[in-house]
Amino acid sequence: MSMTGVLRPGHCLLRVLDIEAAVKHYTEVIGLDITGRDDKGRVYLKAWDEHDHHSIILREADIPGCDFIAFKVDSKATLERLAKDVEKFGCKVNYLPAGELMETGERVRFQIPTGHHVELYAEKTKVGNGLGNVNPGPWPDGLHGMQPPRMDHWQIHGIELPGSVELFTKVLGFGWTERVKDDNTLMAAFLSCSTKPHDIAFIKDFELQDRFHHVAFYLNTWEEVLRAADIIGKKNVSLDIGPTRHGITRGQTIYFFDPSGNRNEVFSGGYMYYPDMPTIEWTMDELGRAIFYPIRELNERFLTVMT
Amino acid sequence: MPFRIQVEGYDETFTCREDQTVLRCTEVGLNRRIPVGCRQGGCGFCKVQVLEGSYRSRVMSRAHVTKEDEDNGRVLACCIWPTSDMRVRVLRQTKKA
Repeated sequence: MSMTGVLRPGHCLLRVLDIEAAVKHYTEVIGLDITGRDDKGRVYLKAWDEHDHHSIILREADIPGCDFIAFKVDSKATLERLAKDVEKFGCKVNYLPAGELMETGERVRFQIPTGHHVELYAEKTKVGNGLGNVNPGPWPDGLHGMQPPRMDHWQIHGIELPGSVELFTKVLGFGWTERVKDDNTLMAAFLSCSTKPHDIAFIKDFELQDRFHHVAFYLNTWEEVLRAADIIGKKNVSLDIGPTRHGITRGQTIYFFDPSGNRNEVFSGGYMYYPDMPTIEWTMDELGRAIFYPIRELNERFLTVMT
Repeated sequence: MPFRIQVEGYDETFTCREDQTVLRCTEVGLNRRIPVGCRQGGCGFCKVQVLEGSYRSRVMSRAHVTKEDEDNGRVLACCIWPTSDMRVRVLRQTKKA
């Protein structure tokens, strides 16, 4: 196996204003399944093709947003090694015991230069994707909503962009797939720990740290993206923009909001990334095209509405 | 019975059904008089001061609507439904508190 170290986005905890309204959205609109509820009132959900116990955790709070994002690593040895490397880089590391989140092993948490809380973990109970591992069918019965197979990536914003990018590329081993520069200021960095065009996107904010832009769910085809748009119309979901295509990543996309104003994306397509590929450059005078390729301009809401 | 919503500074009024938020009734027509953000009580884009009229509301982010705001009719247009004719003033606030 050549994919080692940090494997993939594993889970994130979203704060929501009304837990049952949020559960209804993430199950009936997105199409996730509930896999657990804990004694703190947190609700755990997963997409159908994820084998691990959960990828989205919801908790009720009076301010929406994201408490932390977490990446799964390949082993406990890697977890220990990366925890030391992150500490050496200059981030204070906290250890959360196994079981603090349901069905999840020990987690290592640290605050990155853009102010976000990031976790690494090596173990989470495998509950399977409902197909079995011997002669499986292509998809399970009972799919609902937009039926994404997995949570895909996050986009987060903060002031100290170069620091977070350095941590992810030099310490956590991410590849740098695409970037936007304005003269010498780094405006956006798209990073991959896999063959996806991005597992995380960092965007420059000139005033605020620790901003959450969106969590994305993967869809297999453009047709499925259009079907997701039908669901947005049918269920009166708050639309941001789309269906459209990104210049960056070439992905096909819709952005919309959950009932607390946290932005969601459904994302399809893109390309296969390998670590020997060059980093694609976008210039600020073509930022509109970079983000929304056909319309070639950004709406103010997309740039400024965040939780 | 639908209610009439007026946004301070503009002559026209908007027709708002009881099951429509104040933001929604101003968003669907030609004149968007209230800024539209997430429409879900999270971003504070559509914050208004209610000048006249009554409404029912849902939960909104405390980052944008404090208890004092809520008690004094400074609320998010996306989270209020009219129970009478209303007049509101736009209070643009786009940054996270």
